[in-house]
Amino acid sequence: MLTHYFSLAVKVLLRRKFFTFISLFGISFTLLVLTVVTALFDHTFGPDATEPLQDRSLYVERAVMYGPHSTWTGSSGFRLLDQNARNLPGVERLSLYEEGRTVHSYLDGRKISSTLKRTDDEFWNILHFTFLEGGPYGASDVANGRLVAVINARTRERFFDGRPAVGQTIEADGQRFHVIGVVENVSEVRMTPFAEIWVPYTTAKTDAYKREVMGGWHAVALARDSAAMDAIHEEFNSRLRRFELPDPKHYEAIVAPFETKFEVFARMMDVGDRKNPDSHVWRLVGLLAGLGLLFVLIPTVNLVNINISRIMERASEIGVRKAFGAPARTLVGQFLLENVLLTLVGALGGFILSVLTLRMLERSGLFEYARFTLNARIFGYGVALAILFGLISGVYPAWRMSRLNPVDALKGGTSR
Amino acid sequence: MIHLERIEKVYRTDRIETVALADVNLSVGEGEFISIMGPSGCGKSTLLNLMGLLDVPTKGSVQINGTPIASHRDRDLAAIRNKEIGFVFQTFHLVSDLSVVDNVQIPLLYRRMSNGERRRLAEAALDRVGLSARIHHFPSQLSGGQQQRVAIARAIVGRPRILLADEPTGNLDSQMGDEVMGILKGLNGEDKTTIVMVTHDQQKADQTARIVRLFDGRQVN
Repeated sequence: MLTHYFSLAVKVLLRRKFFTFISLFGISFTLLVLTVVTALFDHTFGPDATEPLQDRSLYVERAVMYGPHSTWTGSSGFRLLDQNARNLPGVERLSLYEEGRTVHSYLDGRKISSTLKRTDDEFWNILHFTFLEGGPYGASDVANGRLVAVINARTRERFFDGRPAVGQTIEADGQRFHVIGVVENVSEVRMTPFAEIWVPYTTAKTDAYKREVMGGWHAVALARDSAAMDAIHEEFNSRLRRFELPDPKHYEAIVAPFETKFEVFARMMDVGDRKNPDSHVWRLVGLLAGLGLLFVLIPTVNLVNINISRIMERASEIGVRKAFGAPARTLVGQFLLENVLLTLVGALGGFILSVLTLRMLERSGLFEYARFTLNARIFGYGVALAILFGLISGVYPAWRMSRLNPVDALKGGTSR
Repeated sequence: MIHLERIEKVYRTDRIETVALADVNLSVGEGEFISIMGPSGCGKSTLLNLMGLLDVPTKGSVQINGTPIASHRDRDLAAIRNKEIGFVFQTFHLVSDLSVVDNVQIPLLYRRMSNGERRRLAEAALDRVGLSARIHHFPSQLSGGQQQRVAIARAIVGRPRILLADEPTGNLDSQMGDEVMGILKGLNGEDKTTIVMVTHDQQKADQTARIVRLFDGRQVN
């Protein structure tokens, strides 16, 4: 029986090729956008080789220092983090690192721009890089301000034509560093690990950063377990409330919470009050869900309308089937099968387009070192979305069809 | 076999009330072949639809094999139609995307049986109407008479005891019409299938055992 319905479904789709094309295009395009966005989200926020412990990692990325008439928004300063983020209960490891900056090097008459990041030694213990050569700098390198650097594979390519780089010297930001390690390229969208050259923060040309409360520094804390994360968040906020701010005439409070990566993103999107240290993530989820729903609703409604027209075209067939004893639920099932088949074909088209689009995005250079892949999880989300889409857009037309009186259906579908 | 008592069918919209049938009493015995005749709009098709459980009367009772159907739910009526009743329509109502043999199998899709058994019964029904050589054709490849024969095969494939034919020769020329009548008479004579046929054609009606005449929704004989 399924073979009968399956082959009929294929014939129905081929009967009106133009409308089938419109439906398939709508489904493919919707799924393309959703799949690409999901892949981007997954690539940015999902578990990654360099950040495998995100489920118990917290980040300080954004800070707001404010007073009755002044507001300073940006990143935390080194002093704020150094004096308040250390020895928090529940923290297994803590790393402070400076924001990546573009620095220039001059080699054989060429100007090479690279992203340089100054970090502590714990940076390499919390994040997991794949070393192609050598290894990271350690605590004594940082303590002594040694001019050593870890570079990525691309930098090795640009500076050394891909030859082994450990033991070589690299000039960046007006300083000469001794290369001690080479790592695989890290995608630019992974904000925490990304850079092209990493050096100990103590190699900074001045130590002015040590006195700053605001400006260019971040922290990542590895919690002992995910249960400790709330306590870390609360304790750090509590310390900041007691922290003595510079210029108390203008600033009375500072907010720079430890948050999960997605909470950080929500804060950066400005969906909530910046002065509130509590999570803004639910506002963002609500906003994204709303946008996603709207985005899916439009083609769904379109498909519902197309399906209703198709049903009315097939009123005679429905009337005959009902006359010969087809139960309503069998007819509904037949119609839903046809619709799910259509959406699965559209999903296949959407996936093919997604693979091509992601490959294009990778090669475009928009996101340095990005490797977007359709992994099994995203593929699963896509198939589930396609089936859900097919069911949702088919349920109402199928319900309308099942209520058609056989006599009216045989006359062409107009109800009394 | 079919018993209709004090049947009334009224169609109501916001403004108009149309009495399609009024006080119709009719019994069709097992193995009978009767015709229903009358001018256009007199309620012939409405009467046939009520007999076929495709519609319900506004008043009155319909009994099939002695069982009143008033309290039956839609799915029960569907099951009775599937088992007991076959339909032949004036405009054939074949599914254009399905081959002849797949069209004939439609009533059997709603019974528990294997694909092989369905196929076998469909081929037997097509053989009965003389279309064995056309099983893989599509309706658009057949003449009107052939399409109606496919429709008859579809109507009898499940071996229903009742066949309801609404103007089965209405869209056919006289030769094809005669062929179709021949098949119907054969079904009635050999299988004792009870047949109720709506027709405008007096000549065809005269070939049946009894003629019921309607005028403005009422029986006139």
